[in-house]
Amino acid sequence: MPAAKSTRGDIAIVGYAQTPSLRDANPSEVQLLVPTVTAAIEMAGIGRREIGFTCAGSCDYLTGGPFAFVSNLEAAGAWPPISESHVEADGAWAMYEAWMRLQEGDIDIALAFGSGKSSPSNPAEVWAQQLDPYYLAPLGVDPVSLAGIQARALLDSGKATEEDFARAVVNSRRNAASNPNAQLRDADASVEALMAQPYFRAPLRKHDCPPISDGAVAVVMARGDRARELCARPAWIRGMDHRIEAHQPGVRDLTSSPSTALAARKAGYDGGPLDVVELCGTFSPQELILLDALGLSLDGDTKVNPSGGALAGNPIMAVGLVRIAEAAARIIDGSANRALAHATGGPLLQQNLVCLLEGE
Amino acid sequence: MTETKLEFPYSRTLGPVVGAFLAGLREGKLYGIRGADGRVLTPPLEYDPETGESLGTDMVPVGPGGTVVAWTWVEHPAPKHPLSRPFSFALVKPDGADTPMVAPVDAGSIEKMSTGMKVRPRFKPEPHGLITDLEAWEPV
Repeated sequence: MPAAKSTRGDIAIVGYAQTPSLRDANPSEVQLLVPTVTAAIEMAGIGRREIGFTCAGSCDYLTGGPFAFVSNLEAAGAWPPISESHVEADGAWAMYEAWMRLQEGDIDIALAFGSGKSSPSNPAEVWAQQLDPYYLAPLGVDPVSLAGIQARALLDSGKATEEDFARAVVNSRRNAASNPNAQLRDADASVEALMAQPYFRAPLRKHDCPPISDGAVAVVMARGDRARELCARPAWIRGMDHRIEAHQPGVRDLTSSPSTALAARKAGYDGGPLDVVELCGTFSPQELILLDALGLSLDGDTKVNPSGGALAGNPIMAVGLVRIAEAAARIIDGSANRALAHATGGPLLQQNLVCLLEGE
Repeated sequence: MTETKLEFPYSRTLGPVVGAFLAGLREGKLYGIRGADGRVLTPPLEYDPETGESLGTDMVPVGPGGTVVAWTWVEHPAPKHPLSRPFSFALVKPDGADTPMVAPVDAGSIEKMSTGMKVRPRFKPEPHGLITDLEAWEPV
């Protein structure tokens, strides 16, 4: 095995691709993945056999079958045998594992992807099953209801108003208008029009909630000089970290996200200027909580969710890695030099991952 | 269109903490447990959510009354929801507890709901050893 050298901070995203976020995609999950993975590999300009490690993120519960993730490996081309792994989590955690693997120093290129189809199932019932099986799952308490409780707590705390929720949605809809991959787009969105909508799960209105989405995303990472050869302007991963909080909503302060703040610090975010932040706030109040945890706001110098974010398209198990791919895209195309991307898992922002990206 | 039933049937032995709490519900009683920092956690947890240390098995009686500390309104209940008419999913803090529990509040209409409102538990006449033996909280 070649001598390993320290490579943390010397690994970059050099290729990415995603499907549009769709309400009801006709292709199967693996059929969504095959062209997406191929496109990311083609953008990186590598051959498949150059990939030293592959990691995938998906959820068998969504598919409704045990080991459903195995068929997704078709997209990676697993014969002759490859070195690969799977996480039952968003693709952002698959990327984290692949990034860790690259740091061992004996391979130069890794592939991570994430995929999910929510349309065949009832997500409200499926996601109640990820909760504590004694105190929560038997209640059938779904993500929208939990988010409604969190929204009320945020309103009662005085940290935000229902108009603030709507402002986050307006930012999402307007930014998404120029993103061909977004599902919900509206260049003319306004706070007044949104506030006139009825409650869906008070104090949440329907637009405060994410759409039901199908989709897939893939990212190619390379190390050191190999990254510079493959990409004119690689998106260097300065740090990546994920932190978790207690599971029971009742023992946490639902109006803050200390695990996001800690993950950002551990990823190397020092509070300095950011050109872009891509947040995986799947409900509008959560976007405000995440901004607060990072010391940012909708009105600051940092562009918040230029893609539209998770409110404009929520392909579960891909949506977090999409945030990282979108942030990397802004670095690679030269429109940003420092960007932060966020992914989340578990109920009510229980677990949070932060990735800090920079240009050279 | 293919219908798939997504269920994983288990029988579980609950242990001295979760088991004691659910056994209490059968008798119409609520318990918490003292956390490492002295807080009374309801529902009781086996391990401290902050430090991870074992919290033992000494139950602290709480309730029977409670206070709504956050809530949402479910106008159209789904088949897996605990009540079939419009209700509130809420965080309810039983008297004497320091943390709230997720629970349904059967208030009849959203106009009856407010943060800080006092509620009392309604138990199922025939318990099943589940959290849903506490059928709902009702406005006092």
